[in-house]
This record gives sequence, C-alpha cells and structure tokens, in this order.
Amino acid sequence: MTEKGIVRIASGQGFWGDDPEAPVRQVKEGPIDYLMMDYLAEVTMSIMQKQRARDPLAGYARDFVPLMGKIFPICVDKGIKVITNAGGVNPRGCAEALVDVGRKSGVGGRATIGIVVGDDIMDRLDILLADGHELRNLDTGEPLSVIRDRVQSANVYMGARPILEALSLGADLVVTGRSTDTALTYAPMIHEFGWAMDDWNRLASGVVAGHINECGAQSTGGNCLADWWSIPNLAKVGFPIIEVGSDGNFVVTKHEGSGGRVTRATVTEQILYEMGDPITYITPDVIADFTTIELKDEGNDRVRVEGVQGREATESLKVSIAVSGGFKAVGTLTYAWPDAAAKARSADRILRERIDLLGLDLEIRTELVGWDSTHGHLPGYPPQDIPEVQLRVGVRSEDKIAVERFTREISPLILSGPPSVTGFAAGRPRVQEIMAYWPALIDKEVIEPYLKVEMFDV
Amino acid sequence: MAKIQLVDLAHARSGDKGDTANVGVIVYDMNHYEILKELLTVDIVKGHFGEMVKGRVERFELPNLGAVNFLLHNSLDGGGTISLMNDAQGKVFSTALLRLEIDVPDEIAESVRGRGRAPMGEVDDPL
Repeated sequence: MTEKGIVRIASGQGFWGDDPEAPVRQVKEGPIDYLMMDYLAEVTMSIMQKQRARDPLAGYARDFVPLMGKIFPICVDKGIKVITNAGGVNPRGCAEALVDVGRKSGVGGRATIGIVVGDDIMDRLDILLADGHELRNLDTGEPLSVIRDRVQSANVYMGARPILEALSLGADLVVTGRSTDTALTYAPMIHEFGWAMDDWNRLASGVVAGHINECGAQSTGGNCLADWWSIPNLAKVGFPIIEVGSDGNFVVTKHEGSGGRVTRATVTEQILYEMGDPITYITPDVIADFTTIELKDEGNDRVRVEGVQGREATESLKVSIAVSGGFKAVGTLTYAWPDAAAKARSADRILRERIDLLGLDLEIRTELVGWDSTHGHLPGYPPQDIPEVQLRVGVRSEDKIAVERFTREISPLILSGPPSVTGFAAGRPRVQEIMAYWPALIDKEVIEPYLKVEMFDV
Repeated sequence: MAKIQLVDLAHARSGDKGDTANVGVIVYDMNHYEILKELLTVDIVKGHFGEMVKGRVERFELPNLGAVNFLLHNSLDGGGTISLMNDAQGKVFSTALLRLEIDVPDEIAESVRGRGRAPMGEVDDPL
C-alpha cells in the first residue's frame, strides 16, 4: 500500500501473445504495487495439455519465464508483486523454471513463489462423472458422458481464495492455473485491505476493476472505436493501472507520458467487451451488477469508478473443458480487377465441383475478404470496379485425410481456374485440429478442498 | 425526422462466448441514450443481421453507461476454433450493427452527422 491508502494494480498482459514490452514498461515507468498478467483464453488450456503430454516439463505460458528474467530484479527491488495465471496446466513446472531464471537474474534468496494447483480435474474426471456430476454443456444441455472420449482438458475457474493464501504466505510472485482473469486483479485488493469474503459490494467493485484490467490496452485506447484516429502514441500505449482505495472505489489510469488514452469512452468499451447479462456477472467469489457502475471522467487519463454493487456468489464453479472436434483448413487466393469478385466466385464454384468429384466429405464456407467476410450481406453487392478480393475457403471434417486432400486443391486453381490470381506465396494451407469448448458447472464443495498452494524459494 | 446511420450516434465493442457474439452499443452523448434505447429493439437488431445471426437475440440495458448490450446467439459458425469464419470471434459484429439506418429528429441528425467517422485527411489521403 502506498501513500493515502491507495493500492496500484497494473495490467501487464491481456492474452498469451500480447506485447512483451508492456509489463516491462509497467514496472519501470511509474509506481505500481502489483502486476497482473492474464495468459489464458478458452482454448489455451487444451494447447498446454498437449504440450505437457509431449514434454512433462511443458504446459505453461513459456514466454512468461524469460519475461520474469527481465523484470524479476526490478519487481523485487521495488516490492512489486506479480500475479498471473501463466501456470496453465503445469504451475509446478512453471515455478521450477522461474526459480532457475530468478537465480540467474540475481534475486536468489530474495523472493518466494507461490503456486496454486487443483483446478485441473482431468485426472479425476471419471470419478466425478461416476459420482453424478454430469458436467452438462451450459449451451446445449448435453451431459459430458456423450463425448467423454474426446475430452482433452478440464479445468475449473478458480477465484481469489487460493491467491490470497499464497499472498498471505508471503509470495512475491503468484502463479496459478485456470484462475479467472478478474481474480488476478481483485485478490490483491482483498489481501491489502482485509475485505471480508461476504463484502459483496467491495468484491464486485474489484471484479469490475479486474474486467477493465484483463484485456490490457483494450481499456486504454487500444481497439477503441470512439475517435480512434485521434488516440495518441499507440506504439507506446500505456496498459491500464487500477488505483483502488479501501472502500473499493477506484480510478483507471496509466503511467504518465505513456501512449493511448483513458476516457469514459475507452473504459466503457472495455466494460462492454464479452458482456453477457450485465446485472448478473458471475464469478467464483461474487455476482457483480455492472448496471450499478458509476463512471466519472476526471480528465488527464483518469476515470473514476464508484458505486458498484454485488450479491452472494453461487454454489458452483465454471469448468472449462476442451473437446477435440475434427479438423479444419483455410485456403486463400487473391483475384484482381477487372471483375475481381466474379472471378473469385467462379473459382469457388470450380473448387467445390472438384471437391465433389473427389467425393470429399467436407463442410465448406466461402468468404470474399474485401467484401463479405466481416459484415456479411449487409454492404450489398461489391462494385464491379472493386480492385481486388481475397477468396477465402474454409473446410472442416471429422476426416483428417479429406481436409488434407482439400489443401492440395487450392494451388491448382492458379493455372487451371479464372485469371488474374495471385497471393499464394504462403503455400499449402495448414491442417488444424479443432478444439471445441464445453462450458459446464460443478459444485464448489467437490473442488475447493483440492485447491492447494505450494511455495518455492528462489 | 431524418435518416442517419447508427455509427454517428454510438460507438460499440464486440466479444464472444463460444458461438455467441456480444455487441455493446454506447452513445457518444448521454442525452441520446433514450433514443438509442427506443430504437434498438430485439426485432430491429435481429432483422438487421438477418442470416448472420442464426439464433435468438438477447438485449440488456445499461443506462448508467449509456449502453445497450446484445447477445447474438449461434452467429459464429460454432465459434472459437470450430468456426471457419474470418471473424470467428465476432470482433466486428460491433461495426456491422452500426451500419443500421435510423430515423432521428432533424436537429439531432444535424448535430451528429459524421460524428463516428474519421475526418477527411486522416484516412482518405490518396497517398
């Protein structure tokens, strides 16, 4: 906690693959107390599960380790604590690599890592199913048993409690598996201010702060439609920083001198991102009501958030299950004026005829990039003078061989299809395995006893 | 009354959850929230998207933020890694909705026309 009882919680990463320099700027270019970094998207866990199957030391966000090598000394010197879900399906493996890189970076004997395990229920999935936990798909209502043999990973979304435990044991760096993105931001608030776990309004305010932090620069001017042309210096965009007080009210801001913008518009766009029912934003620790948020634009890249209300959490936790769902591939070719769109359409017809002649069992989707791949039919027909379009044909099937065969049908179109075609330099399309997402709920009481914290000395 | 495109009255952001896209529409000027709320009904939005949205449309009001949020079910060809769409995560369903033509009082049309578009010179520079 800093002067005036304010805690500063900075966002350093909005997804695995976000700007690797952003967390470095966050710890160097101004005061912060915590750095949160979100690495996990819905399908990330299944990718990590596969990596661990090939290599027992893998299965976490590998980029996080060299990043800590860079910022560990600064964080330790400044007392900045780092909280991340970079542990993926192997937080222990991640911690061991972090101990190693920590010692090499000169913080040996000066830092402690806390990891959280227990969110991964893959190993006890059959026991849970046998005990009557059906893990029905939240969208379709189907029980998991119908596709049990296709399950690739199963992880429970954890809330703040295990992170709090790690912090209270003195962890300088907390590495979790499938924590919710928002808990990475509000756990330190609960830790610093000692909020009760049934202080629903404060917890809900923390959830809103977490939602604003979790996508990095998407709340500070990145991907912002409102006046996008005038948002300054996105090359050095400042990632969001939450300045929170003990009452739970907070200010969204960014480091002085950094690029981007924090206004009512940039913050509101992020609040609406991936929003469902705003009155019922469910997390493991509280249900937040986003219609109670009061925003005040204070100017100077500062937006105040007050008045958030929450209510008691549910008795269940969300489970993120990845299910293998066949194969797909996407091929593209570019057609030029004159009659670019008509040529692309013609090429598509020829391609589909060849697929038919080969007897390939494929679902096919055709889009013309430059015309209908984003707004569908809404823009109407393309002008005859359209300078170019990209033909984009995607196929999917349970039959991997059929998808592979399709990938060989794109380049023949160059010499044996309509004219004025280019843009094939990337070569044959790649076959990708489809990972379907299966959202479900599970009772808290069968998960929480398994959530454990382990500490590692650097 | 005069016709404008929604893009001049509001900005928007989209995200996804599985096969569902969300579009949060936000007025530039809080005084226009009532207009937005009246005009953007479930039927209007469903009709606008037509075949792009195969499932139902859900609608939620956020008067505190000057916003209305829509859930567009079954619109992402399965969503995530299943989808064959270029916009598999529905990222630009937001601006697709902003194409909507709406009728607003003349004086509002006058005051907002061009609000949502980059000024000439920013993007129309012919190199």
